[in-house]
Amino acid sequence: MAEHQAHAATHEHHEHKPHGWRRWVFATNHKDIGTMYLVLSGTMFFIGGLAAMGIRAELFSPGLQFFDPQFFNSLTTMHGLIMIFGAIMPAFVGLANWMIPMQVGAPDMALPRLNNFSFWILPFAFTLLMSSFFVPGGAPAGGWTMYPPLILQTGAAFPMLIFSVHLMGMSSILGAINIIVTIMNLRAPGMTLLRMPLFVWSWLITAYLLIAVMPVLAGAVTMLLTDHFFGTTFFTAAGGGDPVMFQHIFWFFGHPEVYIMILPAFGIVSEIIPTFSRKPLFGYESMVYAVASIAFLSFIVWAHHMFTVGMPLAGDLFFMFTTMLIAVPTGVKVFNWTATLWKGSISFETPMLFALAFLFLFTIGGFSGVMCAIVPADFQYQDSYFVVAHFHYVLVTGAAFAIMGAVYYWLPKWTGHMYNEKMGKFHFWMSTIWVNVLFFPQHFLGLAGMPRRIPDYPVQFTDLNMLSSIGGFMFGLSQLIFLWNVISCIRGGEKAPAKPWEGALGLEWTLPSPPPYHSFETPPTAVWEHPYQAD
Amino acid sequence: MTIRKTLARLALAAAAAVLTLPAQAEESGWAQLNLPRGVTDISRKIYALHMEVFWICVGIGVVVFGVMIWSLVAFRKSKGAVADTTMVHNTMVEIVWTIVPVIILIVMAVPAARTLIEIEDTTRTGLTVRVTGFQWGWQYEYLDDGVMYYSHLDRASDAARELGSPIDPNTVPYYLWNVDHPLVVPNGVKVRLLITGADVIHSWWVKDLGVKKDAIPGFINEAWFKIDDGWTGMLRGNCAELCGRDHGFMPIVVDVRSRADFDTWLKSTAAQERAAAAPAAPAATPATAPAATAPAAATAAASG
Repeated sequence: MAEHQAHAATHEHHEHKPHGWRRWVFATNHKDIGTMYLVLSGTMFFIGGLAAMGIRAELFSPGLQFFDPQFFNSLTTMHGLIMIFGAIMPAFVGLANWMIPMQVGAPDMALPRLNNFSFWILPFAFTLLMSSFFVPGGAPAGGWTMYPPLILQTGAAFPMLIFSVHLMGMSSILGAINIIVTIMNLRAPGMTLLRMPLFVWSWLITAYLLIAVMPVLAGAVTMLLTDHFFGTTFFTAAGGGDPVMFQHIFWFFGHPEVYIMILPAFGIVSEIIPTFSRKPLFGYESMVYAVASIAFLSFIVWAHHMFTVGMPLAGDLFFMFTTMLIAVPTGVKVFNWTATLWKGSISFETPMLFALAFLFLFTIGGFSGVMCAIVPADFQYQDSYFVVAHFHYVLVTGAAFAIMGAVYYWLPKWTGHMYNEKMGKFHFWMSTIWVNVLFFPQHFLGLAGMPRRIPDYPVQFTDLNMLSSIGGFMFGLSQLIFLWNVISCIRGGEKAPAKPWEGALGLEWTLPSPPPYHSFETPPTAVWEHPYQAD
Repeated sequence: MTIRKTLARLALAAAAAVLTLPAQAEESGWAQLNLPRGVTDISRKIYALHMEVFWICVGIGVVVFGVMIWSLVAFRKSKGAVADTTMVHNTMVEIVWTIVPVIILIVMAVPAARTLIEIEDTTRTGLTVRVTGFQWGWQYEYLDDGVMYYSHLDRASDAARELGSPIDPNTVPYYLWNVDHPLVVPNGVKVRLLITGADVIHSWWVKDLGVKKDAIPGFINEAWFKIDDGWTGMLRGNCAELCGRDHGFMPIVVDVRSRADFDTWLKSTAAQERAAAAPAAPAATPATAPAATAPAAATAAASG
């Protein structure tokens, strides 16, 4: 113990805290890197959102008003890539950087320089990707799923797309390694695996998923690259290749990727709901097992994204049954959250509002997910707006809402200031109302027969598209409230105590707000009897 | 369109959604918000499955959301609720809410599997048509009868869909849902489609038939439908897989005729195609006569 303190003292002495631009470019501090991830994510969220506004503007009424169809396809493709790889994933990594060391009682991430590298890859990746708008042939327009042969028709943007995906994958793998090493090695004495906070647990499992599937994506896009430039025919039927094989490889990455984008959200919601219910999470262990089984199942359900490619009957049946099975652990999670609310003492601060909206709206996305698992019915839903509605319910009102809730939840800890609660609630209600106006009608559009990824539609679809577009514009505008609230909170505001939330549990709340440069210079020495309870 | 007109349309759409009861016939606004029952036995089975799963989800939703809302109302701190911090775990309850969903899923899976097995049975068909998707249209070949033609977006839609076109799409009949040469099929016959792609992947989707199948270069996918005896009319659908710039502009129209009308059409079309082919290319066989376009050449490669 004395040794620890002596070490800490010398460490403080040699802090070498860089200032100015060096603080960010040479950053090795988990909080600085976390902040950069979150800023990048926010920037990408607004750029990807701008693409979405363009899409909704073109779809406001029938006929083409603004864009050439090819440019429209670029917008949908880039919206998908930017939101998935640029907005959602970096947001979760940013939250992991900020919170995991503080939640496990560590001074920093285990591999600080690797951390710097894995962040600084990303601005280059996205600059490369987005500059493809300005090259001959325009930005990639073959969909974020990059199916060949169509994607091979991309112009000069093609290698830019492939290399930026490589870079994003590399960043994710390095980030995931860092997270696993940190969780495995830097936990406070006494914090066994089954006493870790659920956010840490969900990220541990997510990190393994990332390491498992990012190389698969890299392999798939590398094969595209050699097909395009070096005369291979992995995916070209005329040369003995198989375009469907790409889809199998892509979705073997793609389905775990879906859970990479939702498991940390489960972790966040599992932190927020108990805090504002003033009651420990119900069924902690079954929550952990549920996350683990969802992660396992994610590897054996991939072909449910491709029921219409003409798989053999046995394949269709296998993937239908495994997909339906996912509803079981997901149901367990929803029931556990509900049971946490039961007999609680509930208050409705902004983070809680977002977590509750997640609970309701993600469940709706889960219902449409079960519907999509029914193969004969999926023959009708596949590639229609029904599917667009489904995955936006899980990704926007699921993942993005959880991220917004997390930002409000931990913002006082990060900045040392309370955010404006009234403005936060206003942002919540605007977002929740308009996101439903935006996405709910899309279920009906899909059932009525509107395919996805089209810039123009038969006039029968006009009314619901207008409604959806109005919801889209208003949802987009509502996010400016969020931006304003976060910026004002960083710049000042009511002083936040170490534990601004009455019912909050976990080590991060034992540190002052804002926390010191090296979060825990000496590990908290606690005897752990339950998760979240050190005494 | 003026804002007032837009708002009026939105209000009408909302009213249609709220006021029209599900029981009221197919033609109502409500029917347009749902999957169609369609015109084949399979499409009606799919509709039934869709509704069954939908109502099960509604039922689960009522229970789960009911408990959530009840908790949010009953256990508010502002109403003096005190948390029961000992309530952290209950093995019995957890087993129940794992097993009950499994049972519900089995209830859904059995009829789904049964319908799927039926859909995959492509034996004993009476007519075979090869469907080839290309950028951007469809090619139909009646393999046993030497009839082959292309199907593109109709000219009226094509003129109205140009960027900045002065033509209001609302004035074009079946805007983006009309073609120059529809697929003609007889009712009461099990029609088999052999679906492939010439250049990139397309997907042939007609929701009233309950058929969506990808058209993949190098693969020949099978699908079938048997339209109700006595049903005639037009069915409309779209390409469902992103296939490039004009993906949104390659609709599918199926012209359903009686057996006798279809036979007459097939004979006369075959004769016409032979006549048209004869002076231009005497040596060519009727099926490949109007070649020299990319799709036909690619189809030959795909089938080889």
